[in-house]
Amino acid sequence: MLAVEGLVKMFGGFSAISNVSFRVGKGEILGLIGPNGSGKSTTFNCIAGLYVPTRGRISFEGHDITGKPANAICHAGIGRTFQIPRPFHKLTVLENVALAAWFGQNRTVNREQCWRQAAEALELVGLPTTPETTTEGMGAAALKKLELARALASQPKLLLADESLNGLDPSEMNQAADMLEMIRRERGITIVWVEHIMGVLMRVVDRVVVLDHGEVIYDGDPHGAQSNSAVIEVYLGREAAKREEARP
Amino acid sequence: MKLNPAYAVGLAALVALPFAIRAVFPGSEKYYLHIVIQMLLWAQIYTGWALMGRFGLTSLGHGAFTGIGAYVTVMLWNFAGLTPLIGIPVAIVVAVALALLIGYPSFLQRIRGHYFALLTLAMVEFVRLCIVGLRDFTGGSLGTQPARYGDGISFYAVQFEADRMIAYFVALAVWLAGILVWVRVDRSMDRFALEALGQDEEAAAAVGINVTREKLKITALSAAMCAFGGAIFAQYQMYIGPDTIAGFGVSLNIVFGAVAGGIGVMLGPTIGALFTQLLSEGLRMFFQGSVTLNAMFGSRVLSLDTLIYGVLLVLFIIHMPRGIVGTAMEYWRKHKRGS
Repeated sequence: MLAVEGLVKMFGGFSAISNVSFRVGKGEILGLIGPNGSGKSTTFNCIAGLYVPTRGRISFEGHDITGKPANAICHAGIGRTFQIPRPFHKLTVLENVALAAWFGQNRTVNREQCWRQAAEALELVGLPTTPETTTEGMGAAALKKLELARALASQPKLLLADESLNGLDPSEMNQAADMLEMIRRERGITIVWVEHIMGVLMRVVDRVVVLDHGEVIYDGDPHGAQSNSAVIEVYLGREAAKREEARP
Repeated sequence: MKLNPAYAVGLAALVALPFAIRAVFPGSEKYYLHIVIQMLLWAQIYTGWALMGRFGLTSLGHGAFTGIGAYVTVMLWNFAGLTPLIGIPVAIVVAVALALLIGYPSFLQRIRGHYFALLTLAMVEFVRLCIVGLRDFTGGSLGTQPARYGDGISFYAVQFEADRMIAYFVALAVWLAGILVWVRVDRSMDRFALEALGQDEEAAAAVGINVTREKLKITALSAAMCAFGGAIFAQYQMYIGPDTIAGFGVSLNIVFGAVAGGIGVMLGPTIGALFTQLLSEGLRMFFQGSVTLNAMFGSRVLSLDTLIYGVLLVLFIIHMPRGIVGTAMEYWRKHKRGS
């Protein structure tokens, strides 16, 4: 469904990602993980259209989307969330989401449909659908839900979820993970989940792609990743990897 | 569209207003009508500016659009004999073209905030220099007049200054058209998009909003409204000059007036026009009429009103950033919640 081939992104002389290739199959939940600075956010932003990649190709459902602007990516059917929620404070919660339904589908639905889709998306993530609710005083968990609802309202086929668990407590993390699983189940949406906390993610993803220093070091089964020495090395250091290898 | 009964009453009052003025001030009817007409015409222009200003697109260059509206219309009439019925649409097209010419590259390059304001400042100066440079046609900084047609009342020449009653209703219609445009924008999904991108362009683009296109649309609409307002203002004044309709000073008056009234609410710019016109007119009358001050400062007192006007506006903007209407609405809302 989504294919990233030989992606390179340079910022001046510094290459944030130097050769990233992976594929995402339809209906999959893919975990894109790696320690801080490994290039996962850069990869994410290249796909989402925030950055223009220096080299490489990104295609979605057979169409080349490399270097397209963010709004075109959204219209193509890729929704995204932001690592730090970015709600539009001047709009109510429902308006925030309705806006995404209207513009995300490139104004192809009528107004009534768009308000209904907004309410549906809010219901799905468990936020109030009353028109008066504002973003004022919403906590981190609720704002992340709003972020998800906004992405869902544009009726994406692929959801790019950026570090959805940052700033949540363990029970909220589990809820968030369950929610992504539920979104796939209910809506049949393919999900790429970018995260640096491995724990909760491993429970729901079908496959992980691990990045380090801008390159893919592992692509496969999540359980395999936990015993892969290269992955252990970047997460826990060389000593831990050696110990792991020495284990019978 | 349902009409709020309060608005219906307000509108009826506005329709009745000139007749009331005629009844109460039979001797100085012309003067009072003139004040009200100016208020309405500026209110439409302020509303046009606030259309984009409320979304953080602060332009200091709208004097260029009012100027183009006025000058293109009058030049076409004076030198090509083209009726303003066609001249005004042409002027609007020219103003929109300039708006897009300035807007497209700056929105594409993400020029925002102060930089955008400075760019529009350069634009208005460019337009003023063009007007002054073409003095053989435009009369330079002294300005010029549209050629009078017949007795000064003509649909064909869009001249109505001679009859203040007609002029009042023209101004009222122009203002009402401006308010309707505002309401249209306010109720559209584009308003949400503009609120969103005014706060966070990246997040707005991520939900599928074409940021550049949304900004261009509102800029073009705002420029068109101000060009229209400028053209009608010229037809009413029967005089055009860089200082009255086309310069940086005009830009500033627009910004001050709209901000003083409140740019986030429908009637904010209108109240701003009412307030600034009353203030400047009141101060002018007070200083010109004051015997004591005239004795103390002589004719220098004549420029004192502008000074105080400026100081008052600055104080207003500092202490009431939401403007008169915005502050009043906030107060009312709190009051309602409290009781």
